[in-house]
Amino acid sequence: MLLGLLLLLGTSALPAQNVPVISGGLGFLESKNNGAYQFQPVVTPQFTSPIGKDLLFESRFYLGEGVARKDGTTGPYQGTFFKFTEYLQLDYIATSHITFVAGRFLTPFGTYNERLSPIWIQNLQDSPLIVPIGDPDGSSDGAMVRGVVFSKPTVQVNYLAYFSVPTSNSQFLSSRAAGDRIDLYFPRTRVEIGNSYTRLLQGTQTNSIGTHFWWQPWRFPLQVRSEYAHGPHAQGYWMESTYRLSQWRGQDSLVGRLEPVFRMQQTFRNSPGPGDGLPSASTQQADFGFVYHLPHETRFSSSYALKFSTAGNANIWDMSLTYRFLFPAWRGHQ
Amino acid sequence: MKITVLQIVSLTIVVLSLGSLSAQQQQALHADARKKIAASAQPMTPAAPDPGEQKFQANCGRCHTAPEQISPRIAGTVLRHMRVRASLSAEDERDILRYLAP
Repeated sequence: MLLGLLLLLGTSALPAQNVPVISGGLGFLESKNNGAYQFQPVVTPQFTSPIGKDLLFESRFYLGEGVARKDGTTGPYQGTFFKFTEYLQLDYIATSHITFVAGRFLTPFGTYNERLSPIWIQNLQDSPLIVPIGDPDGSSDGAMVRGVVFSKPTVQVNYLAYFSVPTSNSQFLSSRAAGDRIDLYFPRTRVEIGNSYTRLLQGTQTNSIGTHFWWQPWRFPLQVRSEYAHGPHAQGYWMESTYRLSQWRGQDSLVGRLEPVFRMQQTFRNSPGPGDGLPSASTQQADFGFVYHLPHETRFSSSYALKFSTAGNANIWDMSLTYRFLFPAWRGHQ
Repeated sequence: MKITVLQIVSLTIVVLSLGSLSAQQQQALHADARKKIAASAQPMTPAAPDPGEQKFQANCGRCHTAPEQISPRIAGTVLRHMRVRASLSAEDERDILRYLAP
C-alpha cells in the first residue's frame, strides 16, 4: 500500500519521457534431453517506474508451465506451474557515481545472471552450467551499492557491493551472504574484464570467486563472452561466441538476421555438493546453435549440445520462440 | 500436478492481451525514434559523431540488441533502468537520452 502511494505521488509529477514501462519476454521453449521432451510456455513481465527525480521501482517475475511426460520418455504428459520473483527492488540514485538498491535483486555474481538471463537476451536456451556458483538461488534479499567509479573515453570502472539476508519464503528465497564485483571496460576495443566475490555467511561459510572476459569488436558483429568461477565444491568455465551475419547485405536481410552461436563449457567437481545446482560429476559440453532475429522483436533459436559426463552422456536439442515487448503502462503526457 | 484448463486459459489470455497491447502501442511510436533505434543496431565505429549513439552501443549494446522501436514517452524510464543496470554515469544517461528522444 505504501509502495502504491509512493508510485502514485512519484509518477504524478514526472516529465513526459518518464512514463512507467511494462516490458519483458514471452516465449515457448522446447527441449529434448536424451529422448525426454519438455515444453515450456513462459512469460516474464517486468514493471519499471520512476518515482520522483532520483528513485526507480523495478520488478520482474517468471511465470511458466513445464510440460513433460510422467516418467521421462513414457507416460502421460503432465504440467507443473511455477512462478517466482526475480527482482523487486527500489533504486535510489544518490549521486552521479553511487546508487543504492534495496529489496530483492538478481545476485550480481559474474555476468550471466544479471545481464544475459532474460529469455529475450539469451542466445541459448540453457544457462551455463556454472551459473549456480556464487548463489544457487539466483536472487538475493538485502541491499546493494553500485555505480561507476569513473567513465573516460579510454576506460570505465564499475563497482558494486551487496549484503543479503536469509529468507525461506518460496517466492523470496535468499541466503545470508556478502559480495562484490568490479568491472573494467575499455570502450575503444570493447573489451571488458571483471572479478566477482561472494562469501556465504550461514552454515559452513564458504567463498566463491569468479572472473569474466568479454570482447565485442566495433568493426564486425562478433561477440565473445566467457566466465570462470570457483566455488566450494566445483569450478568451471564457459565461453560463448556469436557472429551475426549482418555484413551480408545488412542486418535486415534474409542472411543478415542469422546469428550462429557456439558455447564450450566444462565443470570440475571437487567434492559432493548436494543442492548446489551444479552437475554431480565433472562435465564437458559443447553447444552449437543459432539465433534468427525475426521482425517485430521476435527471435527463433535452436541448438544442439553434446554433453560428456561420468554421470552419463547426453544429446540435448533445444528450440525456442521468444518475443520481447516494451510499452508505456499508460498514456502519460504528450 | 496436472495441467488444469484454468491454467491453460489464463496463460493464453495473458499472452494474447500482452501481444495486442503491444501492437496498439507500436502504432503510436515516434518515427524519428524508430529511425534512430534502427540505425543504432548497425555495427559502428568509435569514431561515430553522435556521442549518445556511441554510448548506447558501448553500454546497452554490450548485452542486448537495440529495440526496433521505442516510444519517446518511455525513453527516460528505460534510461533510468539502464543507468542502474549498466552503471551509467549521469553524463552518459543524458547523452543517450538526448540521442533516443531529442
